Formats: sequence, C-alpha cells, structure tokens
Amino acid sequence: MSTQNEELAKLSEYKYGFRDDVQYTFRSRQGLNAEVVTELSRMKGEPQWMLDFRLKALDVFNKKPMPTWGGDIQLNFDEITYYTRPSDKTEASWDDVPADIKNTFDKLGIPEAERKFLAGVGAQYESEMVYHSVQKHLEEQGVIFLSSDDGLRQHPDLFREHFGKVIPPTDNKFAACNSAVWSGGSFVYVPKGVKVEMPLQAYFRLNAEGTGQFERTLIIVDEGAQVHYVEGCTAPTYSRDSFHSGVIEIIVKQGARCRYSTIQNWSSNVYNLVTQRAVVHAGATMEWVDANLGSKLTMKYPSCYLVGEGAHGEILSMAFAGPGQHQDTGGKIIHGAANTSSKITSKSISKSGGRASYRGLLKVYKGAHGVKSSVVCDALLIDDQSRSDTYPVIEIDEDDVTIGHEASVSKVGEDQLFYLMSRGLDEEAATSMVVSGFIEPLVKELPMEYALEMNRLIQLQMEGSVG
Amino acid sequence: MTAVLEIRNLHVSVEDKPIIKGLNLTIRQGEIHALMGPNGTGKSTLAYTLLGHPNYTVTAGQMIFKGVDLLELEPDERARLGLFLAFQYPVAIPGVSVANFLRTAINSRRRANNPDDKGISIPEFRKLLKGKMDLLQMQHDFAGRYLNDGFSGGEKKRAEILQLATLEPEIAVLDETDSGLDIDALRIVASGVNTLAGPKLGVLVITHYQRILTYIKPQFVHIMMGGRIVESGGADLALHLEEHGYDWVREKYSEKTE
Repeated sequence: MSTQNEELAKLSEYKYGFRDDVQYTFRSRQGLNAEVVTELSRMKGEPQWMLDFRLKALDVFNKKPMPTWGGDIQLNFDEITYYTRPSDKTEASWDDVPADIKNTFDKLGIPEAERKFLAGVGAQYESEMVYHSVQKHLEEQGVIFLSSDDGLRQHPDLFREHFGKVIPPTDNKFAACNSAVWSGGSFVYVPKGVKVEMPLQAYFRLNAEGTGQFERTLIIVDEGAQVHYVEGCTAPTYSRDSFHSGVIEIIVKQGARCRYSTIQNWSSNVYNLVTQRAVVHAGATMEWVDANLGSKLTMKYPSCYLVGEGAHGEILSMAFAGPGQHQDTGGKIIHGAANTSSKITSKSISKSGGRASYRGLLKVYKGAHGVKSSVVCDALLIDDQSRSDTYPVIEIDEDDVTIGHEASVSKVGEDQLFYLMSRGLDEEAATSMVVSGFIEPLVKELPMEYALEMNRLIQLQMEGSVG
Repeated sequence: MTAVLEIRNLHVSVEDKPIIKGLNLTIRQGEIHALMGPNGTGKSTLAYTLLGHPNYTVTAGQMIFKGVDLLELEPDERARLGLFLAFQYPVAIPGVSVANFLRTAINSRRRANNPDDKGISIPEFRKLLKGKMDLLQMQHDFAGRYLNDGFSGGEKKRAEILQLATLEPEIAVLDETDSGLDIDALRIVASGVNTLAGPKLGVLVITHYQRILTYIKPQFVHIMMGGRIVESGGADLALHLEEHGYDWVREKYSEKTE
C-alpha cells in the first residue's frame, strides 16, 4: 500500500506525467538488429550511404562494451522499441498535426510559447518530428530549421558534409546506438552573418512505455552568424524504463556564436544518455546551458572543441537529483588552439537520496599557448541521505596557460534555515529560497521565459521535501 | 490592544548545559528595554530561544506572547505572530536579493493569514520598500544585492534594521546590534531604530556595552548574570554600569550565581 502511495505521490509531483492513447502508424519490434535498422531506413526512404552508415554504427554498438564508469545502467536493450512512428510526416501547421498529439503539445504550452517568443519550433513525438516551423523572415534570409530527416532529404550535400563528423559512431556506445537508429532531431543552418535574435526551440516528448528516442541534431552556424537553440523534454511516468539517447553535433564557424540550452525534465523512468559536442572555430563562441532536472540516470557532458585561435567555450551545468535519480553531468573543453578561453560553471543539488556527480575534462594540447580557463563546481546537499561527487580531470600539455579550478560542497545550513524562518518563511519556503539562490547565477543566464520556467520547476521539485 | 511578551521563570539548556536559569521579563509594545551583562551570561541564548532556534532547549518556564505559548510554535509561526530578531551575526543567503527575500517574507505572512492571498503586487512592494529605505536613509541599490552576501559589518546590521522596518513586528529583539560597528555605523543603525521606535514597537536591546544606549534611550535596563536578571532599573542603571563596570554586580551576586 505504501509503495503505491509513494508512486502516486511521485506522479502528482511530476506534472508532465500524463499519457496519451495514440494510434501509431508504425512501431518496430522490440530489440536492436540489422533488420530493424534496415526497415527503419527503408521506411524513411533514405539514400544507401545512410543505411550503410547505420549498419556500420550498429556493428560498433554491438562490439563496444558498456561503460564501466558513470551511472548504473540497468537497461535491457532487447526490451526497447527503437522506432515508433506517430504520424507520416512533419507538418508546418499545428492544425495538420494529429489532434491527440497536438493536444499534448498544447498542454505543454508549446504553441503558445511559439506565438510569444520563439523564432521557430520543432516538436518531436516518440521517433519523429511531428511539427517544424520557422518564421518566414528567417527562412527568407536562408535560415534552415527542419527535422533532420527533412534536412537529409532537402539539403543532402550540406547534410552529408557535416553529419557524423563531430561525433563519429565510434565515439562511444550510445553515440553508436544513436547513429544506428537515429530519427528526428533538428537540422539547423544559419547563413553567414545572419543573427537569429529569438530562440529556436525543439521539444521532445516520449509517450509510450519502454520506448527509445534517438534524436539527431546537426547545427551549422556559418561565419559571423548567431543562434540560440533550446530543447525541452518530458515523458509520462511508467514502471518500465525508457531510453533516450540523442546525438547533438554543432559546428560554430569563424566569429560565429551559438548557444544551446537544455531544460531536461524526463520522468524518473528514463535513461538519458546523450552525446553533445561542438567544434568551435577561430574567434567563435559556443555556450552550453545544460539543466538536468529529470530522468532516472543522465550521463551527459556537453563538449567544446576549441580548434581555432581565440575560440571561446562556456558550459553552464545545473543538475537536480531527487529520490532515485542520478545526474552524472558536467562538461568537456578541449583547447586545441592558441589564445582560446573557456569557463565551466557547475551547480548541483541533491535531495532525498539523490546523487549528483560532476564529471569534467579540461585538456590543453601542446602549442595551445595563452589558454585561459576556469572551472567552478558547487554542490548543495539538502539532507544527509543525498550524495554529491566530483570527478574533475585536467590534462595540460602546455606551460603558457592560466587555469583556475574551484570546487565546493555545502549543505543547506541550520543557521540559514533558522534565519529565514525567523522572518516568517516556513521550512519548505526557506529551503527552497536557499536552493533558488544557489542556482541564481545560472538561471539569470537564461532568457526570462526559461528562467521563470526553471524557477517554477525547482519550486516543484522542492515541494514536499521537508518532512 | 497592546501586545505583551511575558517570560516566566525561563530555564534553557544548550547541549544539556543549563544557560538560562529562571529568567523573568515582561516587554510591552511601545517600551524600550535594555538587557546588559558580561559575556557568557546567556543574553544571546535568550534571543535565540525567543525565536525557537532548534539548538536551544527550554527545560522549564514559559514564554507568552499575545496570549500564545511560544513553545507551541515553530520559528516562522513566532515571526508571523509579530516577533523579530535582529541577529548578531546575520546569515548570508547567496543569490537571493534583499528585495526578493523581503517580498517572500511579506507574502509568507499574508498567506498564513489567508491561504488565497495572491501576495503583494510588485509595484506595491517596490513603493513600500523604497519608503522604508528612504526612512532609514539607505541607497535604493541595496535592495538588489544578495542578502548579507559580502556585506560589511555595518551593512549587515543596516539590512537587519531594514527588515525590521519592512516586516513591522510588535516586539523586536536586537541581539548585540552594536557589536563590530564603528561609531559612524553605530550612529546610523541606532538612528534607524529610533525612527522605528514608537507606540507600535517594543524593543529589547541586548548589549554588552553602554555605548549604543547613548543613542537608543531605554526606559528599562536589566542586568543579566549567571542566567538570570539580577538588577532592573531605569536608564541611570546603564550609566552606573558605564562608570563602574560589571565588577560590583559580580561581587554582589557571585554567591547566588555559583
């Protein structure tokens, strides 16, 4: 009885846990094999090179062992459905999206946000993008914002030139898995000098039980251009685990700017194993804003490969680990050119037995002189049952560098709580105030709408945290 | 109706060690009391106990405020009832601005009275806070700074007085508000308290030195020693202490406090 109540309590806490009864046009058999991959590729009408790429990646996936570090992955790969097709094509009008699916995105507030403050929206349901649209004036300036499947169909050369180059299938087991069965995700191209002022947003939704989602995003920001891409994700809560493994490849050309923000709020039965990497050319800037609030286990380390002189990389990582959650997050910065600079700021919060780990790599290659980098990781523990770890790796092969590293772990102090309560805040409000103050330096980097959303999510996570 | 705080035969222990041993004190709205005494006699213990710090255990006696037994209430409930403590060592809350904090505190009070309360509107709150800062001659940018984070000693104490002004309690305890302040900062803080003092506010000034009492004039002065109030009198008692120190009190009451 008590476990049932706990389950119910969990469900009520997570407000995106609703399910839809959707008629899928296709759902592949469980398990991952050449047959599934070939069928998927045929259904998509892909060129032969892509099928070959997929089959080769499948081979890599099968050969690579599971990682022996990070989180405890109790996934049965044979019980996952790797491809689920909710509708037959990506629509550019919400009216053409199947009603029950549109209804879901309405409940998540996506069309409304699109009208208010977004330059473009992509919405993925299970394996496919059901909606993709970008403002007319951006399209006229040559901005491409399509589902990756449409990107491959409509811009085959540009797509092929960059696809799989930043993150090859051999990079890691999950990148190989994604490469074999990828579907959906966004293809973004911003032409030289074009500045997209408002964010482009992609929204990912998993609905069915035991489902895999493998979106593949490729973003090319041409010289001097600028873009902010935002992704959000939610799923219903099931007792069976689901599997999300995205691959995000970004190329930031000379003098360009790209910011990629994630507000990850998967339900607590989702394994979220994602590879995100950007190659940053001379004088360009890449910023990752990575907020992980949901999922059972997240392993994700957004990376910047600073390959051109004066390139700048920044990673703002925020993790919230509640009961039964493990957030193994952080970032990687590779300094491969002179006078490159970087900054990693990580803030994690663990409560009610949750575990947050910071895992970071900072590497400076020989010859990359004049590198400046600072890494700051702060962890906040709400109670004694929770856990925080830090695994920072720093490899410096060059003498002429300036590196700073700071780490701190703090507990919400009795004195802080008493001070706030002596002003009339109850214990829950006081705790939540300390937490929101802790992440404030990160939240203020987000556009206002997302900052508000983030604060709201944190409040939600903190509710009922005080016995 | 005048709010009254009545402390009767209070005994308090910290980690099983008795600190306060039978303290009696009554403070009414509109009165200014000074509680003086050497270090380690339990003055600050009284302050923390009044607001219900979990490390302080009341082993006997009562604290009645507005007819309510404080021992039945959590610290936040005591605060919402109209008690305030200006801390000797205010705690930093990084990332939370003074304004955000005060607005949350005000809304906590409003919601405790009425769960459907929508909270104070932002324009209304801004007006309120600016008014209070003007009253205390504070720069408006103070409201945007993170609460006590990197504040100087003087700024921390002024922030406490700003909170006092904004939250409008009926009884305020100022715990060693003068400690660590230079004479200019002390004067500013004291003038803030004087601005707020009046028929609606009762104040208990806890201090080791007479210094602050040249700026804040108490009607009642109490001397604490060995966990009890041993002498009570008017403002002249403080002056007497200033001239003669605490030795005569120690001599007079040493047997009783042992």
